Amino acid sequence: MGFLMASVMGAEDIGRALRRMAHEIVERNGGPGDVVLVGIHTRGVPLAERLSEVIEGVEATGVPVGTLDIGLYRDDLSLRPTTTLAHTQIPVDISGRVVVLVDDVLFTGRTIRAALDALTDLGRPRVVQLAALVDRGHRQLPIRADFVGKNLPTSSSQRVRVHVTEIDGEDDVSIEERT
Amino acid sequence: MKNFLTIEDLSRGELTSLLDLSDEFVEVLGRPIPKVPALRGRTVAMLFFEPSTRTRMSFERAAKALSADTMSFSPSTSSLSKGESLKDTALTIKAMGADALVVRHTSTGAPWRIEEWTGLPVLNGGDGAHQHPTQALLDALTIRQHFGSLDGLKVAIVGDIRHSRVARSDITAFTTLGALVTLVAPRTLLPVDLDGWPVRTARAIDEVLDSDVIYLLRIQKERGGASVLPSLPEYVSRFGLTWSRFTQMPSDSVVMHPGPMNRGVEIAPEVADHARSLVEPQVANGVAVRMAVLFRLLGGEATDV
Repeated sequence: MGFLMASVMGAEDIGRALRRMAHEIVERNGGPGDVVLVGIHTRGVPLAERLSEVIEGVEATGVPVGTLDIGLYRDDLSLRPTTTLAHTQIPVDISGRVVVLVDDVLFTGRTIRAALDALTDLGRPRVVQLAALVDRGHRQLPIRADFVGKNLPTSSSQRVRVHVTEIDGEDDVSIEERT
Repeated sequence: MKNFLTIEDLSRGELTSLLDLSDEFVEVLGRPIPKVPALRGRTVAMLFFEPSTRTRMSFERAAKALSADTMSFSPSTSSLSKGESLKDTALTIKAMGADALVVRHTSTGAPWRIEEWTGLPVLNGGDGAHQHPTQALLDALTIRQHFGSLDGLKVAIVGDIRHSRVARSDITAFTTLGALVTLVAPRTLLPVDLDGWPVRTARAIDEVLDSDVIYLLRIQKERGGASVLPSLPEYVSRFGLTWSRFTQMPSDSVVMHPGPMNRGVEIAPEVADHARSLVEPQVANGVAVRMAVLFRLLGGEATDV
């Protein structure tokens, strides 16, 4: 048994997608004013930071970036061993603001469901939006993304692997398939 | 991790990982809504066969902050006073649907026996003069928060060490994490045999006033600690942390106490209330470390179905 792997986005594609998403976030919200970007651990965090950098470059004012670990809110804690948690830290009060959740891959929607629960415990945002670098379909919950880097039709047996320089040393999105 | 009975089972890496997890629960407890759904549907039973206020309430608070349900009983009003055996009590509580047991008992080893009988994850909430592992975790966390690391810190533990499960667990945790521990007590309150303990000893508190941490223990009257002392005033004169001794300590040193404190005996009231007394952070951290241990034991376990 082996893996077939096909790269579908390189570093330049990812950069272009993030720049477009950053513009869309600002446009949709009438400026960066109330926006807080919240990256979901692990790879949502560097993506949120990059979106903030793009916004700062364009609008001359940055937006706060927070981090969220959803380990305590999973609905599959009894199925998956969870022994460590990453740091949850949001530098501003999210109540009344626009929170944009940032994740690398939108798949079943269960991570986002857990993230929404976690946000509820941290405050009451005016609006919550979702930015995902890749939307690969196969939703199990009524959740959709507001900002998508790339829609990637996949079969459920495939895996989508996102690498980011900050964690993996390279920027790359690939589809893996068992053969 | 299947149970949490003794600090001695943990390597430096495992201890550090539990402290890191505890830090995340410190963050959770600081939120506007300090409660997460991680252990929804789980039940934690508190079996305290020996009186306890803070440890029991701390475990209950920890379980509830993780959304677990709790059950508890007190021995004076339970069937134990009607002659029921420890084993039958434990099995009865298991049959009611407990997923984990927190056990405190006057006898060394009771939590191990209860784990054998029930097969449930057991958390040792203190057994006799033997172990109190969650206290050691919260003490280590409190020191690490203040100093950043325990490596190379000078820690003096002063008082009734012979009868203290806190001291036994703390010595292991602190030295595993790299601290240098000195025990200070009258000979009658030191363990009979210190062979193999990774500690030094001193005969008076004046010898350890240069420590980074002075950790004070209560004279345990209920375990016979007072009967081996000539008098309390004499104890205070050699081992009490008075105000004048406190003023001789380094300006970045701290004082700790597991509670309950006997003000005016082992610790002067104005020392207990000083900004460099970590007694309150210790209590607050107790909830976080107990959340970490409960989450490790129950959060990742595969269900039986």
